[in-house]
Amino acid sequence: MTSFAGWQMPLRYGSETAEHLAVRRAAGLFDLSHMGEITVTGPDAGAALDYALTGQASAVPPGRARYTMICAEDGGVLDDLVVYRQGKQEFLVIANASNTATVFGALTERAADYDVAVVDATQDYALIAVQGPAAAGILAPLAQLEPAGLELGAMKYYAGAFGTVAGRKAWVARTGYTGEDGFEVYCRPQDAEHVWTVLAAGGTASGGTGAGGTGAGGTGAGGTGAGGTGAGGTGAGLVPAGLAARDTLRLEAGMPLYGNELGPDVTPFEAGLGRVVKFDKPGEFVGREALAARASSGPSRHLAGLTIASRRIARHGYPVLADGRTCGTVTSGAPSPTLGVPIAMAYLDRPAASLAGAVLTVGIRGEAVPAHLTDLPFYSRRR
Amino acid sequence: MSVPAELHYTPEHEWVSLEGTSASVGITDYAAQQLGDVVYVSLPALGATVTAGEPCGEVESVKSVSDLYSPVDGEVIEVNAELEDDPSLVNAEPYTAGWMFRVRVVQDGNGDAALPTDLLSAAEYDELTKSAG
Repeated sequence: MTSFAGWQMPLRYGSETAEHLAVRRAAGLFDLSHMGEITVTGPDAGAALDYALTGQASAVPPGRARYTMICAEDGGVLDDLVVYRQGKQEFLVIANASNTATVFGALTERAADYDVAVVDATQDYALIAVQGPAAAGILAPLAQLEPAGLELGAMKYYAGAFGTVAGRKAWVARTGYTGEDGFEVYCRPQDAEHVWTVLAAGGTASGGTGAGGTGAGGTGAGGTGAGGTGAGGTGAGLVPAGLAARDTLRLEAGMPLYGNELGPDVTPFEAGLGRVVKFDKPGEFVGREALAARASSGPSRHLAGLTIASRRIARHGYPVLADGRTCGTVTSGAPSPTLGVPIAMAYLDRPAASLAGAVLTVGIRGEAVPAHLTDLPFYSRRR
Repeated sequence: MSVPAELHYTPEHEWVSLEGTSASVGITDYAAQQLGDVVYVSLPALGATVTAGEPCGEVESVKSVSDLYSPVDGEVIEVNAELEDDPSLVNAEPYTAGWMFRVRVVQDGNGDAALPTDLLSAAEYDELTKSAG
């Protein structure tokens, strides 16, 4: 267990490497109840979010989700968010645990002139994620979605629906932070233990083959030496997975982590995520001027991927050098269980293309360790 | 969590066992569990002189880097080369295959090798880890 943003969170249940590989090969079960849930509801909900965020929430159809950001006036990132449109006038905004108060405060302030209610509902939700190629096969037999007959396996990526999981009310979304197919189940805190227990049992019971009709459960069951390590699971190979595995999974998938790749001193363009800024949406939005200037001037730093030619980890804050001269800083680093080598993301002070031919190293506690530029993401699932 | 009775321990979570003048050193099961999966171990060089209580290497896990302290004074006479290829031995078998290095301990005036007197017994170390929660 570890303290994180005021929550007691599981860092790992057993071996984080085994948990990581289980998510890639079969499935992992995550408790992410620390994430912030903010509801934005009312006739002006879409318009208020269009003003408050970089994305165009009003253009998201009900039942769909968007990855977006909330920026300060100067374009700096206050948080990266997933926004679900749950109805015509109902949005659910998911913030990072450490930023929930900031995001709630900014949304409240920015929505003041709109006919909308902004509520920090974090204490009303637990969040349990099932991630991995076997996720649909595990969750499908336990989920009933609205409208009746909506099949979990047919749900699009970045979509969501109300329904029940293990008989308890939930918002079920095909979203995640692992680079795999998977689902996030937002349920009531008092139902979380039951939902977790039933999912864990369903994911390790033998023959968890696809009632969802995907066959993914069967595939997972075939391919999981690693799955067995955590939970003794045969069947679909689901294992409980902690924050350590979540971090290495998102890093392999090239996904930014707030506090590492994202922060108030970077704009979405530095992070290579300029696509989340919708300049063509109608109306004003907070940060537009500064973001437009940054879009035309180009980013001052560039997020790059590195693979490290050692077993040593290039960690957050370590310097990156080109031909011996500092050219950037590591933002995240970890061993990649999938690739078998350490990987890192780093902000470099010039585009990666201009570094072709340079000898790159990372200063790892006084030792210059060779590193190689690597296209992000490090890992993409087969679709 | 295992704490073998026949070994001696440091508050920094190393174990040591003495055979003749040769002291074998590793980190405890408790330490390995706290660190999580070990991915790299930096060991002292063969022939290096190590000093009790001083850092002589590093243990790197997915989430952290920790100093490795020598529990004894002496000269490094052997290091576990297996850990270079398979650092996970530290997690899997911390007291056996996951050993780290061996030291020829400094002998006293009578030519006897002895361990420092401030090392912890298994019972004392067990108590320490329990009070640490």
